[in-house]
Amino acid sequence: MAELVVSMAKRRLGGLAYAAAFTPPLLDPEVEEPGLIAGPNGKAAKKRYNVYRNNVTVSLINALADTFPATQRIVGEEFFRAMARIHVRQSPPASPLLFEYGRGFADFIEGFEHARALPYLADVARMERVWLDAYHAADAAPLKPDALASIPPERLGQATFAAHPAARVVRSRFPAVTIFALNRQDGPVGRLETAEPEDGLVTRPQLEVFVRRLPPGGAVFLESLMAGKPLGKAVAVALEDDERFDPAANIAGMLEAGAFTAVAVSEGGRR
Amino acid sequence: MAGMPIVNRVEAARFPAFPVGGAAGASLKPEHLAAIHADPAPVGFFEIHAENYMGAGGPPHAALAAIRERWPVSLHGVCMSIGGPQPLDKDHLKRFKSLVDRYEPALVSEHLAWSTHETTYFNDLLPLPYTPATLDRVAEHIEEMQEAIGRPILLENPSTYVVFKESMLAETEFLRALVRRTGCGLLLDVNNVFVSATNHGYSALEYLADFPLEHVGEIHLAGHAEQEDDEGALLLIDSHDGPVTDAVWKLYEIVIGRRGPIPTLVEWDSDIPGWPVLKAEAQAAQEILDRHAVSQIRGAAHG
Repeated sequence: MAELVVSMAKRRLGGLAYAAAFTPPLLDPEVEEPGLIAGPNGKAAKKRYNVYRNNVTVSLINALADTFPATQRIVGEEFFRAMARIHVRQSPPASPLLFEYGRGFADFIEGFEHARALPYLADVARMERVWLDAYHAADAAPLKPDALASIPPERLGQATFAAHPAARVVRSRFPAVTIFALNRQDGPVGRLETAEPEDGLVTRPQLEVFVRRLPPGGAVFLESLMAGKPLGKAVAVALEDDERFDPAANIAGMLEAGAFTAVAVSEGGRR
Repeated sequence: MAGMPIVNRVEAARFPAFPVGGAAGASLKPEHLAAIHADPAPVGFFEIHAENYMGAGGPPHAALAAIRERWPVSLHGVCMSIGGPQPLDKDHLKRFKSLVDRYEPALVSEHLAWSTHETTYFNDLLPLPYTPATLDRVAEHIEEMQEAIGRPILLENPSTYVVFKESMLAETEFLRALVRRTGCGLLLDVNNVFVSATNHGYSALEYLADFPLEHVGEIHLAGHAEQEDDEGALLLIDSHDGPVTDAVWKLYEIVIGRRGPIPTLVEWDSDIPGWPVLKAEAQAAQEILDRHAVSQIRGAAHG
């Protein structure tokens, strides 16, 4: 009997337009709830539909709050959620993996007029987004601290490095690393003692994510190495960027941080 | 999103094949990890939301591997969008398969719902009309997923707040047809039954009487919240933010009494309590399962 009803009905209906009709009001409060739904016995369903609106909007705001806790701490929960709501409505996720969401949030903050008084906020958000990328990045063993010891000194300049999957450089015109660190720890937020620009290196050599401040020229140096430039070239570019650049200290620092997984020397060189 | 690294193909079972029959389990929450490992007898199994473990590496995978070494794991997908009209996301299918291969879950499930339309992911379990057209489409999606991961799935009944005017089939009828067509099993969420029955003014007992219990491979229990609909009538929200209510426990006991022990999960996803509170909820389910396991054995011995 049920089969008969089904086969009769099949001839009458296509019925796959429901998603196109159901979704437009979800993230747009100006759009009226869809006409294809109702409560039981044809009851009105405005508040009922609003449950879905609320679930979608609030859960996505929560996702941003989870990814950007320091950003939220700086501006306060109320401001953050109001700002996040606008971003969620403008740029909802394009992937079901919520830990990938929020890649446009820092740029959004940069252009958000109510956040102009906090020019460093976007860079803190950038740092937080990179932190989460490092957290979920592929596992890989970093180079050991003595990895360069076996390379003859005259060949060191030709050495190239493979970046660790978690390693990222974040540059800022503000003390973003310090502000990030102050607002990501559990205790009370301490006093900000610096106004200097700060570049950060984010790494995850094992399971813990580390964020450290890079010395002068360090960001340019690491970005060159991560782009596959040989060590000699990276040193030259870094010195050009900042004459205070210290090659030995930076090489030791990047090895300690776990920013690279392999080193190779071209032209018949060996590891 | 394309090109997520796929984990190494598994040649042989790397984890013990723990049994999950008759066991009560709990949602796995990162904040409980230390307490769980320190607990000499936590719960029978742990369930994870698949999408939270679809990153390439890092602490989530390390934590899950450590859990899977010691206990069975249930892999619960939240956003395959099986109930949506558009084709399934092939990358997401691949990621799901790689999790199945990597962790050898005891149970694998998804929802009769959808969450993606065109390219937007809405992060909610959205409802669908029950019509011949949607039945065809959902059946195709289940078959595609089962083909992709190489094993049958359990499909979960949803909690809903609205009905579609075009719906022509009862939800139970829709689910039964999907089981028949695709060979999938069912995940009976008793809280969803209670929430939907309340919201739509039908009897939860009648729904359960019509539910194909013989195909249920897992049960979900969870807490819900109360709101009001447009006319001020009670509207229940599937919030997973509190203990299982008395009414849901009663329905659960009826289901287990009728079917015997079925692996049962207590879900708690928001306002997450300390481990002892969640564990106590799972233990309450375990007591009901054990009581009916004993009565089943007695019944068999005497019958």
